[in-house]
Amino acid sequence: MSIEAAVLPTQYEPPGTADFWIPLIGDGAWAFTRASLLALVSVGLIWWWLHATTKKKALVPSMGQMGTEAVYGFVRNGIAKDLIGSKEFLKFVPLLFSLFVFILVNNLFGVVPPFQNPTMGRIGFPIALTLVVFVVYHWVGIKKHGFVGYWKSLVPAGLPKAMVPAIFFLELITDMFTRPVTLALRLFGNMFAGHIMMILFITGGWYMLNSGGILPIFGGVTWIMTFVMTLFELLVEVLQAYVFTLLAALYIGGAVADEH
Amino acid sequence: MHALTFPAAGDGSGWGSLPPIIPHPLELIFGLVTFAVIYWVVKQKIMPRLEEIYAERAAAIEGGINKAEEAQAQAQAALQEYQAQLTEARAEASRIREDAKAQGAQIIAEMKQQAASEATRITDTAHKQIEAERQQALVSLRNDVGRISTDLASRIVGESLHDETRQRGIVDRFLAELESGDVVREKVGAVEGEDS
Repeated sequence: MSIEAAVLPTQYEPPGTADFWIPLIGDGAWAFTRASLLALVSVGLIWWWLHATTKKKALVPSMGQMGTEAVYGFVRNGIAKDLIGSKEFLKFVPLLFSLFVFILVNNLFGVVPPFQNPTMGRIGFPIALTLVVFVVYHWVGIKKHGFVGYWKSLVPAGLPKAMVPAIFFLELITDMFTRPVTLALRLFGNMFAGHIMMILFITGGWYMLNSGGILPIFGGVTWIMTFVMTLFELLVEVLQAYVFTLLAALYIGGAVADEH
Repeated sequence: MHALTFPAAGDGSGWGSLPPIIPHPLELIFGLVTFAVIYWVVKQKIMPRLEEIYAERAAAIEGGINKAEEAQAQAQAALQEYQAQLTEARAEASRIREDAKAQGAQIIAEMKQQAASEATRITDTAHKQIEAERQQALVSLRNDVGRISTDLASRIVGESLHDETRQRGIVDRFLAELESGDVVREKVGAVEGEDS
C-alpha cells in the first residue's frame, strides 16, 4: 500500500484481513484497537446528538429534532410496531432504536472521513450486538410462555405427532444457531467485504496510476468506480443497520407471539 | 486458510494473521459496553422525551380539532339563531302589514258609515226643514187664501164678513171640504148675476 509498493508492479500487495487489525495501544488480545476507539466515539456522537436534538422538546421541531424524530418514528412504528405488535412493542423500542442508531453510525464510519473504518468489520462488535438480541428474544419468550411452554411454542400447533420431533429439531437449530450466527455474520460480512473492496479499488487504482503503459487509464477508471462504490457502500451501510434491527424485531416478535 | 493465504501485517502480532471471524476479546467487551451505554441513554433520557413530544403533539392536534369543532358548532348555533330571528322578523312584518290592512279597512268602513249617517242626518234635517217650511207656507197660505177670499167675498157682498167668518170657521171648513174633495164647483156667473 506504500508508494514504494506501487512503483514496482511486482510488489503490489492486495488488501487482506490483516488490514483490519489496527491496534492503537498495546497488542494482542487486550489491545485497544481503532475499532474500539470508533465505538467509543460513536457513543459520544450519538449521545450528544440525541441529547441536543431532543432537549427542547419542541412541538414544532427544529431540523435536528425532526431528523431524530424521523429515525425514532421509523424504528418505533415502521419496525417495532409492525413486527412485534401494538400490544407489547413499546418496551422493545429502546433496544431496537439503540441497535439501529449504533449500527448505523458505526457503519457510516466506514466511508465518512476521518473515521473511514467500519466498526462492524471487526467481528467482535456484531457478535456483541447479536448476543444481546439472542439473550433478549429467548428471555422474553421464556418469560411469556414459561420455560417449557417456550420450547413447545417453537413447533407450530396442529402438526401431525410424527413430525413434531423433526420440526422441533429444525426449529431448535434455527433458534439457537442459525439466527444468531447469520445475524452477526451478515452484518460483519457486509461491512468487512465492502471495506476490503474499497481498499482494493483505491490501492489498486493508485498502483495502476503509477504504472507505465496503458495502466494509468484503468487506474483512472478504477478511481471513478471508487466514487460509485462509495455511494453503494453508503447504501449497504444504511441497509444493514435496517436489516439487523428488522431481524432483531422479527425474532423478538416471534418469541412473544401468542401462536407461532 | 486466510492466515496462510495472506501474509501477516508484519507487526509480529498473532492477531493480524488470525482469521477475521475470530472475535477480539476486548472488542467484544467494548461492543457490549458501548451498546449498553447507548441503550441506557436511549431508555432513560431520549425515549421518554420523544414519547412525551409524541403525546403532546397528538394532544395538541386533538385539542385543535376539538377547538375547530367547537367553533363550528358555535357558528352553526349563531346561524340558526340568526335564521330564527329572521323568520320571526318576517312574521312580525307580515303581521304588522296585515294589521295595517285591517285597520285601514276598518277606518274606511267607519268613515263610510260616518259619512252615510251624516248624509242621512243632513237629509233628514232638510226634509224636516222642508216639511216645516211647507207647513208654515201652508198655514200662511191658508190664512192668506182665507183672508183674500174673505176680502173678496166681503167686497162682493159689501160687508165685512171677517168677524163672522172667523166666528163661524167658514173658511177653515171650506178649505177642509176642499181638501177632502166635497166642494162642488159653483157657477161664478150666477153669483155674479145675483150680485150685480
